[in-house]
Amino acid sequence: MKNREIRLMQGNEACVEGALAAGMKFYAGYPITPSTEIAEFCAQRLPLIGGKFIQMEDEIAGMAATIGGSLAGLKSMTATSGPGFSLKQENLGYAALAEVPCVVVDVQRAGPSTGLPTAPSQGDIMQARWGTHGDHPVIALSPTSVRETYDLTIKCFNLAEKYRTPVLLMLDEIVGHMREKIEIPHPEELEIYDRLKPEVGDENFKAYRVEEGQIVPAMAAFGEGFHFHVTGLMHDEFGFPSNDSEVADKLLRRIMNKVSDHIDDIVIYEEEFMEDAEFVVLAYGGTYRSARSAVKQAREQGLKVGLFKAITIWPSPAKQIKELALKVKGILVPELNLGQYAEEVERIVAGKTPVISLGKVNGEAITPNEILDKIREVL
Amino acid sequence: MSSQLIKNNFRYDRLPHIWCPGCGHGIAMKALAQAIENLGWDKKEVCVISGIGCSSRAPGYLDFNTLHTTHGRALAFATGVKLANPDLKVIVVTGDGDCSAIGGNHLIHTARRNIDITTIVFNNNIYGMTGGQYSPTTPTTEFGTTAPFGNIDKPFDICKLVEAAGATYVARGTVYHANPLTKLIEKALLNKGFSLVDAISICPTYYGRKNRKGTPVHMMEYLKDAAVDVKAAAKLPAEKLEGKFIIGEFKNAQEPEYTEEYQKIIERFKKER
Repeated sequence: MKNREIRLMQGNEACVEGALAAGMKFYAGYPITPSTEIAEFCAQRLPLIGGKFIQMEDEIAGMAATIGGSLAGLKSMTATSGPGFSLKQENLGYAALAEVPCVVVDVQRAGPSTGLPTAPSQGDIMQARWGTHGDHPVIALSPTSVRETYDLTIKCFNLAEKYRTPVLLMLDEIVGHMREKIEIPHPEELEIYDRLKPEVGDENFKAYRVEEGQIVPAMAAFGEGFHFHVTGLMHDEFGFPSNDSEVADKLLRRIMNKVSDHIDDIVIYEEEFMEDAEFVVLAYGGTYRSARSAVKQAREQGLKVGLFKAITIWPSPAKQIKELALKVKGILVPELNLGQYAEEVERIVAGKTPVISLGKVNGEAITPNEILDKIREVL
Repeated sequence: MSSQLIKNNFRYDRLPHIWCPGCGHGIAMKALAQAIENLGWDKKEVCVISGIGCSSRAPGYLDFNTLHTTHGRALAFATGVKLANPDLKVIVVTGDGDCSAIGGNHLIHTARRNIDITTIVFNNNIYGMTGGQYSPTTPTTEFGTTAPFGNIDKPFDICKLVEAAGATYVARGTVYHANPLTKLIEKALLNKGFSLVDAISICPTYYGRKNRKGTPVHMMEYLKDAAVDVKAAAKLPAEKLEGKFIIGEFKNAQEPEYTEEYQKIIERFKKER
């Protein structure tokens, strides 16, 4: 096999390269710092491969058009940052209920409101989970490096297609704007998943019926000859609106369960320095980089500290965190917010071990020293 | 005749529709179906998209590719569908509130792009689904449940709005003038670009009752009496047009269409490769 191409690349660019490798053919978005490069690269690259880019009139329209592109059969993506992520929430819920696969990238910046537009943050973690109204399934991944951004963007598309749901790539300004060396895999090295489609001319096709042995209903594209209906109302197996309480209950539980029944397939995490660890630092996204540096230094100083990297942040790696809780004297969660994920970890460990939150919201990254100091303080 | 139309274009098992007795929307929906039938379009290629409100229930009854989206956003979803697959004939069914209030931004920008989407506004001058609140097309001094002392807003002329924004086919009809409305929709569907037909409908249940407009028949008679064809209107002095509204074709022009322009960029790079 010939050598892999090596490039110096920005996180946002790696996101686009990953998306293209995954088969993205459609992008609709609206400019917003610090995600704009994603739109710019898409505008540049998509027409060259016969794909479509459109700059919409606002964030809401960007999300809507992305769903439209997916319903017309193209793998679709949009990207934004905090204020835009808020605006996209209603249509994100639409995509969840209507089961329209798409990828939504949130390059997090310091909020709330306009906040610090060029400063990093991880303040949208809970919005990613609960941003749209009503119960809904959520899959969200958070990369820690440029290469991981490439890989996880592909993973996001695969999960979106497999589970017919919007998938969130929770980048932050640190990783989105960071430049690193990246070795680009050959296409044949990649695992690409395409949505399950009905057989052409299937007379019995029901747009929202899950066939035996499948996780989701087969998805036809508009124009393929199936005259199906898609709605954000509760709907029956045909896709038509229904006020029947049984239909509503069955539908909502089904879309929740398609994620909760496949946690092991969806949850990705990494552990390091865990063999004899008495204390663990749990981190994700850009903050993980400082956490890793801090844990390495702690180890050099003889402190038995382990490192847990949550790559899939929603659904949270609850099973793994629960196990951890039984083995360690505490879990430190550094993050660029005031304890959003620490609260989730607290919920999971349910008092089995102390959870210490190290939050920072001044628009600066958490330094390794800050994490190390905290470790030394509590150990 | 009608039964053939229903058989060919409607999801028979989804009928009857949810609209109130006397509502004009059924006539507007039929006009759309008739226009598609007259053009003999392949149903596989027809995609009808709506937002939220009374009007937006229409796609559920129509046997095409149908998409019932969120409030105000139909045109943005439609833009995604059309750009992703320009072979689809994309039609948006919307209401006055859906397209000119919450969806106003999408309306002007979709018109500006001149993307090949045909929009039919079921314009009943009120929010019907939520029970009769004033909309951007409720005339000043009229009443709604949220304008209990008379509306002090000035109404939009949706046709003028989209014409100024860049739409290339703009027309207005009414549900009283059902056959001319069908013809206007047909021409709108044939236009390669952004088209809008403002289909003036009636809402006897809320608008009519709140404003003492009488029975549905009275409201239909109003449409008959108050609508003046654009050609006739041009010859009338201003005072003769007081209390009237203009129907007919306002614009029919050929201008570069968005998805075709995008395709040209794609083709340019195909050649370079």
